[in-house]
Amino acid sequence: MTSVKRETLGRKFAKDFKRNWIKYIMILPVLVYFIIFHYVPMYGILLAFKDYKIKLGILGSPWVGLKYFERFFSTYNFWNLIQNTLTLSVYSLLVGFPIPIIFALCLNYLRKRRLKKTVQMISYAPHFISTVVICSMITMFTTQNTGVFNVLRGLVGLESIDFMAVPKLFKHIYVWSGVWQGMGWSAIIYVSALAGVDPELHEAAIMDGATKIQRMRHIDIPSIKSTIIMLFILRMGSLMSVGFEKVYLLQNSLNRPASEIISTYVYKVGLIDNDYGYSTAVGLFNTLINVILLVGANVISKKVADESLF
Amino acid sequence: MRKQRVNRVKGFKSDKIFDGVNVVVMLALLVVFAWPLWFVLIASISDPILVMSGKVLLIPKQLTLEGYEQMLKYKELWTGYANTIFVTVVGTVLNLITSVCFAYPLADKNFKPRRVLLLIFMFTMYFSGGLIPGYLVVKNVGLLNTRWAMIIPSLVSVYNSLVIRSYFINSIPAELEEASLLDGANSAQYLWRVVLPLSKPVLAVVGLYYAVSHWNDYYTALIYVYKDELYPLQTVLRNLLLSTQALMNDTAGIVDAAAMEEAFNRAMTMKYSVIIVAAAPMLCLYPFVQKFFVKGVMVGAVKG
Repeated sequence: MTSVKRETLGRKFAKDFKRNWIKYIMILPVLVYFIIFHYVPMYGILLAFKDYKIKLGILGSPWVGLKYFERFFSTYNFWNLIQNTLTLSVYSLLVGFPIPIIFALCLNYLRKRRLKKTVQMISYAPHFISTVVICSMITMFTTQNTGVFNVLRGLVGLESIDFMAVPKLFKHIYVWSGVWQGMGWSAIIYVSALAGVDPELHEAAIMDGATKIQRMRHIDIPSIKSTIIMLFILRMGSLMSVGFEKVYLLQNSLNRPASEIISTYVYKVGLIDNDYGYSTAVGLFNTLINVILLVGANVISKKVADESLF
Repeated sequence: MRKQRVNRVKGFKSDKIFDGVNVVVMLALLVVFAWPLWFVLIASISDPILVMSGKVLLIPKQLTLEGYEQMLKYKELWTGYANTIFVTVVGTVLNLITSVCFAYPLADKNFKPRRVLLLIFMFTMYFSGGLIPGYLVVKNVGLLNTRWAMIIPSLVSVYNSLVIRSYFINSIPAELEEASLLDGANSAQYLWRVVLPLSKPVLAVVGLYYAVSHWNDYYTALIYVYKDELYPLQTVLRNLLLSTQALMNDTAGIVDAAAMEEAFNRAMTMKYSVIIVAAAPMLCLYPFVQKFFVKGVMVGAVKG
């Protein structure tokens, strides 16, 4: 049975190849790329369970079971890492997710076309600036005494603060600079979804005497709900992967109690201390939580709102 | 038009308040977005001492191009520039070619392995081997410490390719393919002569995404590149910032404070001008492509 089935499958493939050979040849390098740079590293996850010896290779190295995971769970700053990672990501989500939606809604009701276009265009600008530049600007602006934020504080009679040296302030700096950088760009998708809302709905609502705020609540938000949910699920899937670059670049020895997160820890134990197995295990732990959150958010939204990513 | 007229007749009081508040908030946001960038620009052409004492906030004072002149003499910066330009140009071209190779076959409903391949590619959006396994692969294929390490490992972005794919599906009429196949063209000729010329907007947007990600990339070099002469612009910039900070921390303990302060001020001026030269190319590029943004970004692209 199976051999017959396989043969027909093979023949089907041969037939399709004959017709679509150009497409097969086009996709081949892409497939090779994904295998080498995405699937081979997945195989490398085995490192998380092995005592890696370069000479023996990944397969030949001896198994150590869950040793690295146990070590991670019992490391002295385990809870600190989890707490910092979650604080930054949940805070970013709570602030950074709704603000672009509100921004897009407000833009949508801006009657002055020129102002609307200008605000939109300028709001994209920070997105095109590199993390290195953003972090340099943050550091320069917040320097004690000479940083422009402290100069401004001085103008209104407040004392100068060395912002980057205070662990308590780290999360606010991280999140709100992120809002500054990302809100215009993230709003694009909602702006384009709002442009697709049927104008007749609005006309009917105006006839019925609905105010703009009521129209926002009862027409616009329901119309872009599926976009919102989709982006929310995606966002959940990267909840634990707080941008490495920005945290790493803003980190210093004084704010470290609040700024050491899982991804910076993975980098340090992996590439600075060359502790490959342990680093891979910590990274895997992070990825798994992300996948669980993504699938969880997807399941819940499928049940509650009948929207899902996959 | 009609919407506005009706509104004006009714003239809700709450709507007027809303409009007023909205305009004020938007103007405030405009300032919030633009001022930090404006400040860096004016700081780069003003006297550094005035900048540090907070005298330069809205308009440049005591114009000087000293920062830019200093920068011209800073050799590392130019190597960084050259490396970044190489990576951005070569990288973006390769990215676009491979993304089209991804998008075109997978946009075709008659291409049999379409679903399987999509699944294989999209899975990598959510699950990856992580830092060390990825590092070992790059090391084993011999890319470590080459400029190619900043190009090849991130050759195809699934998201960007899906954006192109959904454009192919939604914006190119299927009849065109039938017509050109009837004319005796094969699918490569059809792609080259019909699909790509019609896809300029999406290629411009995705090309910009790729270019920006290369230009602004710091992470890849941090992990895969350990040679000064291969550092991209962002790494050079970062090192410059760190050295100015170190200089600043040193000033306290050094006797020749005046000379130290001068060096520090120089570094401070240069830092603003370096930021300008590093950020300007992309900031000048995006307004040309921005009218396509709304078309290019689609959630539909990600939904499998």
